[in-house]
Amino acid sequence: MSLLVYGLINSVILALYTVGFSLCYGISGIANFSHGALYILSGFTAWNLLNLAGLPFYLSAGLSVIITAILGFLFYWVLLLRVRGIPLAELIVTFAAGVGILELLTWEGFYGMRYSLPILLRGGVDIGTVSIDYQRLFVLITGVAFVVFLWLFVHRTRVGLAFRAMAQNERTALSVGIESDWIGSLSMAMGAGLASLAAMVVLPLGMMESSIGLEVLIYALAVAIVGGLESTLGMVVGSFIIGFGQIAAAKYIGAKWMIIAPLAAIVFVLVIKPSGLFGKYKELEERV
Amino acid sequence: MAEATVQYRRKRLERGIKARSDTIFVIASTKDTLYLLLPRIVPVIALLILPLVLTGYWGKVLVFACIYGLLALSWDFMASCGLFSLGQALFFGMGSYIAGTLNSYFHIPPVITVPVATLGSGFLCAGLLGPVVRLKGVYFAMITLMLPLLLHKLIDTTGILGGTHGLSALSPFPSELTATYLAVVGFLACLFIFRRVINSDYGLVLRAIRDDDRAVMSGAINIYWRKIQAVFISGAVGGFAGALLTHHFQFLGMSAFALDYSILPVAAVAFGGQGTFAGAAIGSLILVPLSESLRALGGLRMAIYCGILIVSIIGLPEGIFHYMARKYHQFEKTVEVK
Repeated sequence: MSLLVYGLINSVILALYTVGFSLCYGISGIANFSHGALYILSGFTAWNLLNLAGLPFYLSAGLSVIITAILGFLFYWVLLLRVRGIPLAELIVTFAAGVGILELLTWEGFYGMRYSLPILLRGGVDIGTVSIDYQRLFVLITGVAFVVFLWLFVHRTRVGLAFRAMAQNERTALSVGIESDWIGSLSMAMGAGLASLAAMVVLPLGMMESSIGLEVLIYALAVAIVGGLESTLGMVVGSFIIGFGQIAAAKYIGAKWMIIAPLAAIVFVLVIKPSGLFGKYKELEERV
Repeated sequence: MAEATVQYRRKRLERGIKARSDTIFVIASTKDTLYLLLPRIVPVIALLILPLVLTGYWGKVLVFACIYGLLALSWDFMASCGLFSLGQALFFGMGSYIAGTLNSYFHIPPVITVPVATLGSGFLCAGLLGPVVRLKGVYFAMITLMLPLLLHKLIDTTGILGGTHGLSALSPFPSELTATYLAVVGFLACLFIFRRVINSDYGLVLRAIRDDDRAVMSGAINIYWRKIQAVFISGAVGGFAGALLTHHFQFLGMSAFALDYSILPVAAVAFGGQGTFAGAAIGSLILVPLSESLRALGGLRMAIYCGILIVSIIGLPEGIFHYMARKYHQFEKTVEVK
């Protein structure tokens, strides 16, 4: 029972990590390897607004989401614009930006057991033999809402469809009147905003430190690869496989082996079905 | 015509000397000969003299620069047949673990362990990556990123081959100078051979695989077998680098699989310019000393390093080598737009 409940919550947390990344990289094809750094940076911003500026939590969380989204927007125009279409340079530039942010935070003294965001809802509830607090339930609900939002956004709105068109074929998208720079920067902004929203929900569960940033990026990549980059369903399934795998490994083998679950899942999936479990349109041209 | 505003544009032209020395094979003057030879000979001679000048700390930095240079070259070689790797640490770690284990448990001298590690690492890497050479782009990159982390974890949890403490007191090279020269000469030899190979027929097939693999397949060439060969070659080069550094420091640890050895070579290639090997070499010869000299700044070192990297890549997306080559071969002038 505890395996089921904690596995579920762990999976939803992984899905939250991935939503923004998936929107950017999987759906609109913009490499954002500073995803994890933006995630932790928004936590840091919220903490500063909350404790130094003395704003209430909702306001500081909202502000930090907006600030992170603007930062993502600027990242596109400042960093990515000049190197679009050179995959190596895109990857290195965004990754270096991420590591730079993380190192700056560490230099500021943002590590150790000193920082955390407040919990929205106190108390908890018992489900069978497992007690679970309201914050984790809140995470669960937000996660489901995020995934539903992402699916609806990508499949039902004009902007979402334009995102997908960009990933499929940028030139054709241009020829039907989709302005690729505008859509690209919009997708960076939304990805960063979603990362920040996830941070506001997930971070109160534990301590914040800058090293979480890399962890978030690695998990987001792992989930996206296992599930197939461009499909929302794949993202959900991927996060469930890795989430439950981790909890099961921690329970039956030992906490040390938690990291093995995503690695094993990735190697296994890529060897069996290289396009990920639910990957569709990049199957032939890109992966194999 | 109404009073049209006169517009100008920049025009790039080849220098006369470039056109001459490119096409006329009977080189006429010393000037032409020097034009071709100087950019090649001067860095080589400088690198061969440097170990005599630099001693102590900066001597070690030179060895490091050459080691990372070897890894960057092996990265560029794999990239030239379309395999983007994020795990040069796999090759490096394989080489160091083979050399270190042979030396520590069986007391085999470096004269034998280094060549054995070079070949062994090539075979092991080709064997490990063989099943996944079908993958492309970021998917292949993910696998290569994961493998060294997995091996790192494996050694950590099982404690084999020294475990977390590593193996120390390995036998060193006869002298510091020998080790430095081994690194420098290995680096130069690798650069020279790679530049020759990639322009041969064999290299042509590899580059064709990168550009259009399906066309190569339709020419009845087994692209997966060629890709495995490319992995073998760059695995061997990476293994040589690993074995060299292990014997030089007389220590073998889990850090051989660290992320540094994967990321820095890629950064060096992105900085120097992809596809010509010279770019990879220049990139690592600039970036490694730079990151060492930033050590004085303490905590901000990595942040500033990343900043420099970002600025240089955004400023020169093609890489510093391609920029220099262009300036050397071509000149610009402003002409009127008609």
